[in-house]
Amino acid sequence: MEEQVKQRGKLILAIETSCDETSVALVEDGRKIRANIISSQVPLHRKYGGVVPEIASRKHIENVLPVLEECLTEAGVTLDDIDGIGVTYGPGLVGALLVGVSAAKALAFSLGVPLIGVHHLEGHIFANFLENEQLEPPFVALVVSGGHTALVHVKDYSTFELLGETRDDAVGEAFDKVARILGLPYPGGPEVERLAKEGDPDAIPFPKALCEKGSFEFSFSGLKSAVLNYHNSKKMKNEEINPADVAASFQSAALDVLVAKTMQAMEVCGVKQLVLAGGVAANTMLREKLTEAAAQKGIAFSYPNKILCTDNAAMIACRAHYLYEEGRFADLHLNGVPSLPLGKR
Amino acid sequence: MAIDFITRKPEETYELGRRLGRCLRKGDVLCLEGNLGAGKTLLVSGIAHELGVTDNVTSPTFNLMYTYPTEPPIYHFDLYRLDFPEELEDIGFYEYIGQDGIALIEWADKFSDVLPDDAVWLTITYGKEPDERLFHLEGERVSEWEKELRG
Repeated sequence: MEEQVKQRGKLILAIETSCDETSVALVEDGRKIRANIISSQVPLHRKYGGVVPEIASRKHIENVLPVLEECLTEAGVTLDDIDGIGVTYGPGLVGALLVGVSAAKALAFSLGVPLIGVHHLEGHIFANFLENEQLEPPFVALVVSGGHTALVHVKDYSTFELLGETRDDAVGEAFDKVARILGLPYPGGPEVERLAKEGDPDAIPFPKALCEKGSFEFSFSGLKSAVLNYHNSKKMKNEEINPADVAASFQSAALDVLVAKTMQAMEVCGVKQLVLAGGVAANTMLREKLTEAAAQKGIAFSYPNKILCTDNAAMIACRAHYLYEEGRFADLHLNGVPSLPLGKR
Repeated sequence: MAIDFITRKPEETYELGRRLGRCLRKGDVLCLEGNLGAGKTLLVSGIAHELGVTDNVTSPTFNLMYTYPTEPPIYHFDLYRLDFPEELEDIGFYEYIGQDGIALIEWADKFSDVLPDDAVWLTITYGKEPDERLFHLEGERVSEWEKELRG
């Protein structure tokens, strides 16, 4: 009788619960997504009815098993097919992280497969490997989201140098707070972007906080205050405000800083490949500006599709795959680390 | 008991934070109230740096909280994204406040009914000039802090 041979590559299941989203994904050989289920995109909690807190560790507890089941069903595999379990163990909200970490430990222990702890931001960067099959390090990554703004030099699959991050607010947060100033609904990032399309980016000269030359730190709190001051002083004088111009001018100031710093980083690191990551990577204007700046300097530039920009477990599975290849496993003492630093081991 | 301060630029707000950092003790809960751009995170950054944090102190709006392993530890909350009191329990809020550390809570006024009675409240409002801020500090122990805070 012919022996049955497994026709598939290494299968990593990963869990992500560091912030608002509960996500479970299956990735084959590090680069092929078999399933990537994100709780907010499936109507899981509708059955509870009434008011369901949107941000909660409890929500992750309620979601994690249904999302896991949905993931296995979509990929058409069973738990016995899995070769390793990856999980985000930081940074993030500790209660939220613990839900994912506990579920991952239980799965790894019961299946007898390796457990792999993944840094959330490394996951975001690795989303690019899922999008772009040819991508190889070294490259510079600009990670931009509601909670993070960072420039990272990815030297190889396991060496990351944090070049700089924000001193105060993340860029995504600045977008959301400006949306609030303009009376736009939450989450405000996409709303500001939409409104900005109708406005003049040069209408209002908001400050561009570039910090010192050679420093890759960002600051967006001053820009947020400048928008607020502009808004308040116009209102006090009973002058008309053009919200589209405010949105466009704010967006332009925020994105120009990101682009300028990123291009400086490319030069300092001497690499010719740039990737974008994180929720704000979905911003079309940022993609366009970086595409243009990269083209001028002969730099290759790639970014993930919009689903892979948000918090998702496929990116965690991708990162976990490369850690698996290096035999960097966690033991069952793995804990959530709310302020896990990037690049330190 | 209440004390009032005025700061005229962001650096002064940061300095006020550093002075507050010298006053706060284990178990203290400092509730911060003030609109966008009032300087809440900046003030917290002053407190945290005074207590030994060397990293940047960034806004926890998205993450909801950051902890800093100082002595005593700092729990920096931001309730901006929360809407219901139940969500405080869900994020483990009550396991942190009034315990072994110092709790600093931005947008605390969204949940003033469910916060401890002995919390210190700091209300920040805008002054006449764009960078001017008015601070109103209220709590049982703040009279003991006045000398330190006025420098």
